[in-house]
Formats: sequence, structure tokens, C-alpha cells
Amino acid sequence: MASLNVNGQVRQIDASPDTPLLWVLREHLKLTGTKYGCGVAACGACTVHLDGEPIRACITPLSQVEGKRVTTIEGLPGGENNRLVQAWIAEQAPQCGYCQSGQIMQAAGLLAKTPKPSREQIVAHMDGNICRCGSYAQIVAAVERAAGGR
Amino acid sequence: MTKNATQAAGIGRRGFLKGSAGLAFAFALVEAGDVMGQGAPARLNAYISIGTDGTIRIAAPAPEMGQATNTALPLIIAEELDADWSKVVVETAAVAAAYDHPIFRAQFVVGSLTTRGYWMAIRTAGAQARRVLIDAAAQRWNVPAGELSTEPSAVVHKASNRRLGYGEIASFAQMPAQLPEIRPDMLKKPANFRLIGRDVRRWDVPAKSTGKAVYAIDVQVPGMLYATLARSPVMGSTPRGHNGAELTRRPGIVAVVPLAQGVAVVGDKIETVLAARADLKVDWSPAPGSNFDSDRGRKMYLAHVRDPAGQKVVVGRRTGDANAALQSAARVVSGEFTTDYVYHAQMEPLTCVASVTADGVEVWTGTQWPSRARDDAAKAAGVPPEKVKVNMMPMGGGFGRRAQLEYVVEAVEVSKAVGKPVKLMSTREDDVANAHCRPMTAHKIDVGLDAGGKIAGWRHRIAADLVVTQVYGQPRLDAQNGVDHIVMAHADVPLYDVASHLAEHVYEAPGVRSAAWRGIGAGPNAFAIESMIDELAARAGEDPVAYRMKLLKDRRARTAVEVAADMAGWPKASRGETGFGIAMSRLGVPQLGESIAVTIVEVALDRARGNIAVRNMWCAADVGLPIQPRNIRHQVEGSLVWGLSAALSERITFKNGAVQQQNLSDYEVLRVSRLPKTEINIIRSGEIPLPVGELGLGTVAPAISNAVRALTGKRLAALPFTPDRVRATLA
Repeated sequence: MASLNVNGQVRQIDASPDTPLLWVLREHLKLTGTKYGCGVAACGACTVHLDGEPIRACITPLSQVEGKRVTTIEGLPGGENNRLVQAWIAEQAPQCGYCQSGQIMQAAGLLAKTPKPSREQIVAHMDGNICRCGSYAQIVAAVERAAGGR
Repeated sequence: MTKNATQAAGIGRRGFLKGSAGLAFAFALVEAGDVMGQGAPARLNAYISIGTDGTIRIAAPAPEMGQATNTALPLIIAEELDADWSKVVVETAAVAAAYDHPIFRAQFVVGSLTTRGYWMAIRTAGAQARRVLIDAAAQRWNVPAGELSTEPSAVVHKASNRRLGYGEIASFAQMPAQLPEIRPDMLKKPANFRLIGRDVRRWDVPAKSTGKAVYAIDVQVPGMLYATLARSPVMGSTPRGHNGAELTRRPGIVAVVPLAQGVAVVGDKIETVLAARADLKVDWSPAPGSNFDSDRGRKMYLAHVRDPAGQKVVVGRRTGDANAALQSAARVVSGEFTTDYVYHAQMEPLTCVASVTADGVEVWTGTQWPSRARDDAAKAAGVPPEKVKVNMMPMGGGFGRRAQLEYVVEAVEVSKAVGKPVKLMSTREDDVANAHCRPMTAHKIDVGLDAGGKIAGWRHRIAADLVVTQVYGQPRLDAQNGVDHIVMAHADVPLYDVASHLAEHVYEAPGVRSAAWRGIGAGPNAFAIESMIDELAARAGEDPVAYRMKLLKDRRARTAVEVAADMAGWPKASRGETGFGIAMSRLGVPQLGESIAVTIVEVALDRARGNIAVRNMWCAADVGLPIQPRNIRHQVEGSLVWGLSAALSERITFKNGAVQQQNLSDYEVLRVSRLPKTEINIIRSGEIPLPVGELGLGTVAPAISNAVRALTGKRLAALPFTPDRVRATLA
């Protein structure tokens, strides 16, 4: 049994220590907003926060997150009223939507440290997150909007 | 506000007619002037119900993969119903004949034809419901129906200043024995549209921005097991043996199930199953494609388009006698082009949850073809289709890949074998290894010019694997006299002033998997055609835009070229360190109307490294009647991004019949850092919505090739334009 702090709640997990955090979140805890895309940290669909830092849950074993705070899209402060979520809605960013939880969690990590990022900073920070539908322009616009830039 | 009942209820779907007081309308779905129908009878079912509280429930009949038709179709119904959109709840329809696409006669999403296909049928459905409400109000007030009008969600009698909300009417109205007839001239005039043409927001965006949207991969049902599958590396290869006995001794591994073209590992936890999959060893039988090497194949395809003697050649499109015109031409200009295999890389790996019980089958899956998913699942389980319930889940990308359904069949087979519900999920590595690609192609275009430089004959030979046989089966190809309409899409040039034209398909049979891929054959074909047009302009010493304007007969195409040129500032565009290129593509089928896109790109070239950076893209998109302009811009931009991604880096190669790439780490799709500044101008040209979802994709590669030609005088003729190829071309 491992003990895990997810979205402010302590949860007991019956999984071996090398289990990727992604599957713990999705299948053990039913927090399915975090998505599986590649399993090798190449697409960013599984991005969550570990002690406030964006990480890829697919390559992060359970053993590395014990005693730390995990935040998923479900635990993003404010829910639908979160400024990033509101910006995503205003820009109508999602198409298929599958990558967008990871995009938002990646963007939240940027704004936490850099409240007024330049466009170049946004692009550099978001480059590890693939959107196969090609909604990149709306994603960048949404991050700018959330940062108060539009 | 709108919501998805499927999402609200987790995985269940609320019965459309059950439990709600009020009116439910049943409508015949018949497409006026149906050109592709097979004469099936009109069928009845419910699209709209109105509760006494004024809530209007509208069914979204088509599967959603990001294209927003689950907003567009209910919006069109609401428009004709004159519904207050804020009172509308969109519900995902069941898989049932009544929701069939009126042209395909199936719930089936391909070819960007969803809105176009349902258009008249659902408008009629909405208008019929409105008419029933008006008639009920007229009866209640005892006035002629002709004196009544509607405002959003209310019937109004102006003469007596009375009004009744739709919810109030629903509390007393009776459904008439016979539904009122709605002729096309009784539908709303476009000038009176309140919803169409406005930027009404997609209802699914909040759920997709909060992690609440439920895809097939997110579904959990009680007692469910997990499964994943090693599929044969070569198409048609079967498992001869495997180490399943050893794996099933591991804790948590329930079974290892051999299937026709794969071996499934089944267990009680996903992580246990994935670990076992990594250790699964299968001995595969040889198959026809076992020796295929795509680099050798590309050279062979090129040899075949130069000289097709001895190959099977099928005429795809023909106007006049192009061969004779080429023989008598004053001059012949020729070009050769190739495109490599490309993979869909839909972000949600193929997934299906299936539960086979004594009572029947239930599946939860994202598919572009739910009707067939039902029928294939029935066959796999050995039950009649009525015993199968398919829950249409939103797709984490489709792009043509989810028009093939092997993952649904396999999930049903595995559930049946283990006697429990099963979530069958591909790993990304297995999804890539099992890539069903847009086929590799080689093209040779010969253009015969008369003494005055006019195009007398155009012959386009295309060597490519067949796709229709793999998506639809051999009988479909036979019924089309061997014409693979997916490979040959838009291989003709009807918008240009070309006296005679011939497009031929040289069949290739490499024995690898193929599929419809966003934009289908129109992508490779537009690459060849639009590069050729540019080459003709260059050799005539003419400006590419001016040359096109001279050659284009079609009014809409001419307008699109003018709009794009205006957006880009052509011809004042500088020709210093960046190059400009233009290209055009079409989307749709002639009988239903085609949309047109013209794109201009500005390209910067790093000659030493061979890197191409696209700085700007300007696209003029003629879509007929735009339903949701903002969504159309997003869809077209997505198509352009796809075209750019395929032009710059996407490439699958085969060795010994197997895919060589492994994951998104070595199959490179476009990332945000390579995104150009993009501007899209929507042209409204008519009163019918034309295809959108794949529009513009085919313009990007030729526009880049044309820009590099303008900059360097050299022609990039092999897709993708990888740095090594760019360097080789410039050398």
C-alpha cells in the first residue's frame, strides 16, 4: 500500500512502487482527465503537477511521488472558473479535446512562475505538448488571455 | 446551458423519449435530390423533445471527433425550430437507423460530409416541429395558423399580443396523426437565421477544458478486466505460437488470447497487463508483405509511373483524349513526385470497452462508423445486431483511422473469450506498429501544350497501394469498376482550362495496411498537380498568381485566388530571403458541391541545414454557407497544420513489411514552435454548407514546394521535405 496526496486528499493505493503515476491516477483513482498518449514523455497528454511543477505522469513511478503533492486537472483551483479554463473556453481551443488537460496543466505551471510570459516563452514552454488537431494558435492565445495579455 | 447526457450519466445514455413530460417529434429523414442514396426506405425516430419546462432536447446523430458537428447539427435543428439555444440540451444519439446519415445510410463520418449530408433532413425535422407547435397554438387561440409567427422558443400572435412558450405548448399539444409536410421553400430564409452564421460556442468545450469529457479510454464498467494486444507486424500474418502459458502464471494475468491477427494479454490491472505485454513473445507466420521495403518500393513505384507496362492500370478520371493530345502537342512538360507513408497519430490510442453477456453485447468506443461497429460486434459475438448496444464516445482524434474497426471486433472477441467486460487499449507503440497508413505514392504528370502555350492534354499517372479494399472490402472496388476513389480523389483538374485529361491508377500491392487519412488522396494529388501548375507558370516565365488567373475558368476559384493574394500582399511580396508559394485544393464530391481553398505560404530556408521554416500562411476558404465561422477557421487551421506537419516531417518507413517507427518520439508531428502565423478568410459563396473538416490540407505541401522553387529555382518533389532531401535538392 502506498499513500498518495492527490488534489489535497490522501489516498491509499494498492499498486507496486514502479507503477506509473498515470495508471494510478486514471485506473485506480478514476481521475481520467489525465490522458495516456505515448507513455514515453513525448506528447504531454499526461501532464500533472508534482509539488506545483508540471511533470509527465507516464514516466513517473509511484515511488517518486510518495510524500509529495500531486495535482491533476480535476484539482485545478476554481474548476471551470479557473482563469486558464475560462481562457480555453473563450478561445474555443479544444477540438477533439484529448490533449487539452495536459496542455492546461503545462500552461498552469508556466503562469505560476511567470505570470506575464512573452509569446516566445509560451511557445518554448508548450513545445512538449502535442495537439494533433492543430489547435496550437488557440492554445497560445488562451495562455496569453489567461495571463491578461488579451 | 447544454450538456452531454452521456457525460452527465457517466456512461449511460438517457432514453430519449422516456421519463420526460412533453412532446417528442418523429421525423422521416429523406434527403431531397439524394444523389448517392441506394433507395432505402425513409425511417422514423425522434430528434427533438420539448419538456414542459421549456427544455429542448436535441439529438446529435453523428460521432464527434473534434469537428464540432455535435454542435453544428443540433444548431441547425434549433435554427429551424426557432429554439432559444440557451434552453437546448444536446444529447448523443443512440446508434439506430433513424439517425443514419441520409446519403451514407449509416451513422458514418467521413469525407467532411456530415453537415452537408444531414443539412436538408435536419432542417426539415426542425421546421416540422416548429409547425406542430404553431398549429397547436393556433388551435388553442382559435386563430388561423397563418397569423402566427415564432420568436426564440415562443409562438406569437401579434394581432392580439399573445405569446406561448414552447414549454407551455408542450403541456397541452397533441402530436398530429400525420406530420405536416415541409417543402424546401418553407424553410427559413438565410437572412432570417438567428444561429447559423453566428459564432455560437461549442457546447463540448467546457467539459474538454476541465478533464470531464469521457472518451472510450476513460470508461470503466463493474468487473472489467484490462487487455492489450500485440498485432501482427506484417498485415495478414498470424500467430503460430506465443509464450502466453508462461505469462498467465504471473499474478494478475487472467488469460492470453490468440486472435486472427494478434495475441491479447488480459489481466485485472492495466499496469500488470502492460508489463506482461512487454514480455509477450509471438512467432508470426510469413505474409505477402513480409519482404516489403518502402525505400525500394518508392523507386519501383516511380519506375511504374514512367512505364506501366505489365502493371494493372485503372482509369480513374477521363475527359477527352489526353493521350492523343500529348502526341500532337507542340511541347510536353513532365514532372515526377512522390509521397511517403503517413500515420494518423490520433492522440487517443485505439480503445474499445466491450461486454459480452448471455443477453447480448455492449460496447463503448470512439468510432467514425458506429453502425458498422454494431454489425461487426454482432458478427464477432455471434448475435443479431439488435442485441448490440454501441455507446458513441467522443473520439480523441479520428482522421480516418477510426473508420476501420478491428479494435472493436478484437475487444468483443476478448470479452467473449474471458467472459467478462474488457477494456482493450493499444499502447502507442502497438498503435504505431499497427499503423494503417495513407499509402506511399509516385506520380508522373505529362502536360501537352499547344503552339500558343495552352494546355491541350494532361495525363497524371499515380502508383499507389489500394485503400478502398481495406476500408470497404473488395466488392466495393469491383462495384466501382476498380476505381479507388480514396487514392484517386481530386486527381482531376476541372477548375483549370485543360482541354483533355486522364488520371490513371497503377495498382501497387506491397502487403501493408492502408487507410483513409485526413484529406485522403487529394493530399498527394494536389501536391503533384499544384506543383505542376507552378512549374508550368515558371517555365512560361509568368507570375504564379497571374498564370493561375489566366488558367482558372471557375468563378469561385478565381475569387479565392484573389482573396488569398490580397491577404498575402501578392505581388508586392518581397523575394529576398523568403519565398512565396501558392496552391489550391478542393474538397467534396461534385454532385454535392465542393469547397475550395487557396493558400499562400511564406517560407524561409536554411540552405546549409536543409531546414524549412514556414513564417506565414494565408488561406482563403470558400465553404458555401458557413454554419459556425469561428469553428470553420479552427478546422481549416487544423487542416493546414496537418498539411504542414506532413510536408515537413511525417514519414513511416517499412522494412521486412513492418513499420520502423516506434512512438511519437520518432514519428514527428508538428509542435507549436513550428507553427506559422496563420490567417484564414472564410468566403461565403452560397446557401448550402460545403465540406470543411479536411479543407486546405492539400494546399500546404505544394505551396511550400512552390515557394522554395521561387526562392532557389529548385523543385522539392518528394514528401516529406526532410532536411536531407532539401539539401540533396539544393545541391
